[in-house]
Amino acid sequence: MTDQLSNSERIQAGLARRYRAEKRFRLYGIIAVVLAVGFLAVMLSAIGARGFGAFYQTHASLEVTFDEELVKDKDWQGIVKVAMRKSFPDVKARRDKRKLYKLMSSGAGFDLQGMYKADPELLGQTRTVWLPTSDDIDMLMKGQIDRVLAEDDRRVSDKEITWVDQWIASDRIELQFNTRFFTGGDSREPELAGILGAVMGSLLSLTVCLALSFPLGVMTAVYLEEFAPKNKWTDIIEVNINNLAAVPSIVFGLLGLAMFLNFFGMPRSAPLVGGMVLALMTLPTIIIAGRAALRAVPPSIREAALGMGASPIQTVTHHVLPLAMPGMLTGTIIGMAQALGESAPLLMIGMVAFIVDVPAAFTDPATALPVQIYLWADSPERAFSERTSGAIIVLLGFLITMNIIAVFMRKSFERRW
Amino acid sequence: MYVTPARRAKKAVEAVIKGILITSSTVAILTTVGIVASLLFEAMRFFGEIPFVDFMFGTEWSPQTAIREDQVGASGSFGAVPLFAGTLLISAIALAVAAPVGLFAAIFLAEYAHPKLRNWVKPILEILAGIPTVVYGFFAALVVAPWLRGTGEVAGFDVSSESALAAGLVMGVMIIPLISSLSDDVINAVPQSMRDGSFGLGATKSETIRQVIIPAALPGIMGGMLLAASRAIGETMIVVMAAGLAANLTANPLQAVTTVTVQIVTLLTGDQEFDSAKTLAAFALGLMLFVTTLVLNVVALHIVNKYREQYD
Amino acid sequence: MELAIHTEVPESAPGLSVAASNPHKVTAKSVDVYYGDKQALKSINLDIPSNMVTALIGPSGCGKSTFLRCLNRMNDVVDGCRVEGEIKLDGENIYAKGVDVVHLRARVGMVFQKPNPFPKSIYDNVAYGPKIHGLARSRADMDEIVLNSLEKAGLLAEVRDRLDAPGTGLSGGQQQRLCIARAIAVEPEVILMDEPCSALDPIATAKIEELIDELKENYTIIMVTHSMQQAARVSQKTAFFHLGDLVEYGDTQGIFTNPKDERTQAYVTGRIG
Ligand SMILES: Nc1ncnc2c1ncn2[C@@H]1O[C@H](COP(=O)(O)OP(=O)(O)OP(=O)(O)O)[C@@H](O)[C@H]1O
Ligand SMILES: [Mg+2]
Repeated sequence: MTDQLSNSERIQAGLARRYRAEKRFRLYGIIAVVLAVGFLAVMLSAIGARGFGAFYQTHASLEVTFDEELVKDKDWQGIVKVAMRKSFPDVKARRDKRKLYKLMSSGAGFDLQGMYKADPELLGQTRTVWLPTSDDIDMLMKGQIDRVLAEDDRRVSDKEITWVDQWIASDRIELQFNTRFFTGGDSREPELAGILGAVMGSLLSLTVCLALSFPLGVMTAVYLEEFAPKNKWTDIIEVNINNLAAVPSIVFGLLGLAMFLNFFGMPRSAPLVGGMVLALMTLPTIIIAGRAALRAVPPSIREAALGMGASPIQTVTHHVLPLAMPGMLTGTIIGMAQALGESAPLLMIGMVAFIVDVPAAFTDPATALPVQIYLWADSPERAFSERTSGAIIVLLGFLITMNIIAVFMRKSFERRW
Repeated sequence: MYVTPARRAKKAVEAVIKGILITSSTVAILTTVGIVASLLFEAMRFFGEIPFVDFMFGTEWSPQTAIREDQVGASGSFGAVPLFAGTLLISAIALAVAAPVGLFAAIFLAEYAHPKLRNWVKPILEILAGIPTVVYGFFAALVVAPWLRGTGEVAGFDVSSESALAAGLVMGVMIIPLISSLSDDVINAVPQSMRDGSFGLGATKSETIRQVIIPAALPGIMGGMLLAASRAIGETMIVVMAAGLAANLTANPLQAVTTVTVQIVTLLTGDQEFDSAKTLAAFALGLMLFVTTLVLNVVALHIVNKYREQYD
Repeated sequence: MELAIHTEVPESAPGLSVAASNPHKVTAKSVDVYYGDKQALKSINLDIPSNMVTALIGPSGCGKSTFLRCLNRMNDVVDGCRVEGEIKLDGENIYAKGVDVVHLRARVGMVFQKPNPFPKSIYDNVAYGPKIHGLARSRADMDEIVLNSLEKAGLLAEVRDRLDAPGTGLSGGQQQRLCIARAIAVEPEVILMDEPCSALDPIATAKIEELIDELKENYTIIMVTHSMQQAARVSQKTAFFHLGDLVEYGDTQGIFTNPKDERTQAYVTGRIG
């Protein structure tokens, strides 16, 4: 042998290298975790930072006179214009005036209309009211429009900035809580757009989805777990459910379009159809969770019940189901959370239209919260990007709440036999 | 035995209940049948107008423009190869991100991390899975794509604002939890005796993981990757929001490509006459999507189940 | 009895032993082991001679495996396990700071209760240790190590023509011999065996016992066994553990024929177990 090293020496010689490799390997793992968690943090904080602004809206204080003439003509926006002229008496040129009017939202008139409706005594009176400004002024106030930029490169002209600065100097412009965002339907104007319509659409769809998928899912789980004989047929059902769980969601949308809309002639854009499609999609989740919950109920409970003379159905409904219910509900909530976040299948069945009215019935045209996010994300206005993020915060809020409930249920009903 | 009427009624009720249970369990089957039937039916109508071969192997996709005004039904060219290629490109980018990150994260959490850390990080990774894809899409279009474009500009690359890279990267992040949780399952299924055997010979942790655990878990990990691939191929919102509409046939991740799901959405949203080749094409694409993901899932589940049996 | 020849080597006569300067390959001095708050071993003192087979016996849960796993620090990876006291290998405390477990485990090999070949070929199973430790300089070197180890483990004849077949495809007894080959491929000084035959049939067991008897020429072997007959057949020294205490330790023959402690007597005669 030319190499006189003993094994021990060879091992010793390699140790440093091996420990370096060990450290490196561990580092890869840390990097992977940091990347994943870091991405989540960046995404959530980017959206959070943007979206928080959506909960506030710039309002300007105007001295408004409910002029009899204008009220009679229902020219509410005219009242706003008069108030604006009063606010800025120096503005004389026609073109400047038009620009001046644009400082305020076209929804300011609606607010006045609302005030008048609530209190007709206002006729002829003058009041100081806070009214929403346009989205550009809103963005300027929120620092989203760079004042330093050349005038041509920003959406707010120098003149408008001077006016706003006058308002600021006299404390007549401020950010106020954006009630409209939570109580309004969709709008082409970002400062008027709200999520209530989308939230209602989601709520209606989820109601349908829950009403269908929960009983169907539970019954299927009970049948497969408690009664089904082990044969080809149940094998097929089982394989089928597992594969259904992995079918892309958009395919369910295609099913909805071809079957529910075209074949059965159900209405387009309706939460009813949306809920049905979502139900088919969440069914596998609920069945799988339900079966797991049933399997966790020890056989001794069934044996005891059967031994006391209960029929198999009674055994399940009186003894097994109550014990499995927390697990099933947890699975259902998780399925509902999935359904709430789903948008692709809803696009297929037309729940993607511009709908101003808040839906009130299952067949009213509607969108859903995630679809609203998709629609707003497509809008070019800077302010819509903020509303989009705001809507995402609300959506995530719903999801977090649902998941916390699910976790809580799982924890508090966790049994050990 | 004497059977009272009450008893007979009870029997009947039980039979009815059982019948209802059986019926409800067929809904899942009916759903599949419905999917297959509607996809096949509409796709057949489409292939009646556009030859299957032109669809599968044609390299030009422009459903909007009519070739010849007078020809009935022929409203454009439906060569789906650019869509398939685009889908593959974006999915490949997504897997290239998710596979190493997900696998290493799973390894780190299963083998290295302190249990306390693990209890924190695992739920955080699960949050990634719970975030709706529309949120990822928004983030991809609003933050990642412009950032890539800017970075590309600095580095002297021409990055499209709807680059495949942006969509793929973000989709990759979305898939990380899928891969890490499946990998975690299979890594934990490798029996402790394997680890003991390796440690007992003086192997370090990383040597044990790389040379014993990963090879032992490989089938399960591969199954997980296939499931992830199927997920990426079928993902819709991220690509609809962040990838392009133009059907470019390219392998350059910096350019814009379109995908099968993007085209389905584009063809079916907006005004539509349901019988045009344009809308029917969406169902042909849907059929392709369904078949591809189904095959991937069946194969993946088969591999994973076989793997599980091995250590049971 | 054949054993008698070996058990002649007395602890008190170091001059006669193989490792003349130190007859005790492994010495444990007041070793306490805790799993969390629970004490699994209580102040164990045990000197294990070189080139002999030492059997650890005792009822289930008495701490035999725990003690065995202390000897190559396999307990390091068990959460909440704490080892106090001193265990010396060739006079060197293996729990001292600066002792490298990787190196230690190359010197103290281990064979487990259930055969646990890696999901690799027979060849790669045996080559695993030498490869990670960098013991072979060439492919030919590695071939030699692998064939040698298989030969020593008495498995070569059975697997010579299918070295590329997966190790998991062998029979249980073959798998266990493969694990022994895998352990001796890194040329350890001590081999620990935790009930190496408990998962095997009598014929495979006989083969392994025979093998152990041969291996003691070159290695110090410490084995846990539940079979009194096996301890009597293959070991020269026997240690009897009971509820975390080392009750009695001495020549195997003495333990079985003339136990000093009544617990030992009860155990070897099958009254407790
Ligand atoms: N990882 C662990 N965590 C906590 N306690 C443990 C652990 N391993 C062993 N123990 C406890 O330590 C004691 C000794 O266990 P050990 O495995 O050494 O017994 P043994 O003598 O090998 O038993 P057997 O003959 O059944 O293998 C037992 O009471 C056991 O419950
Ligand atoms: Mg033991």
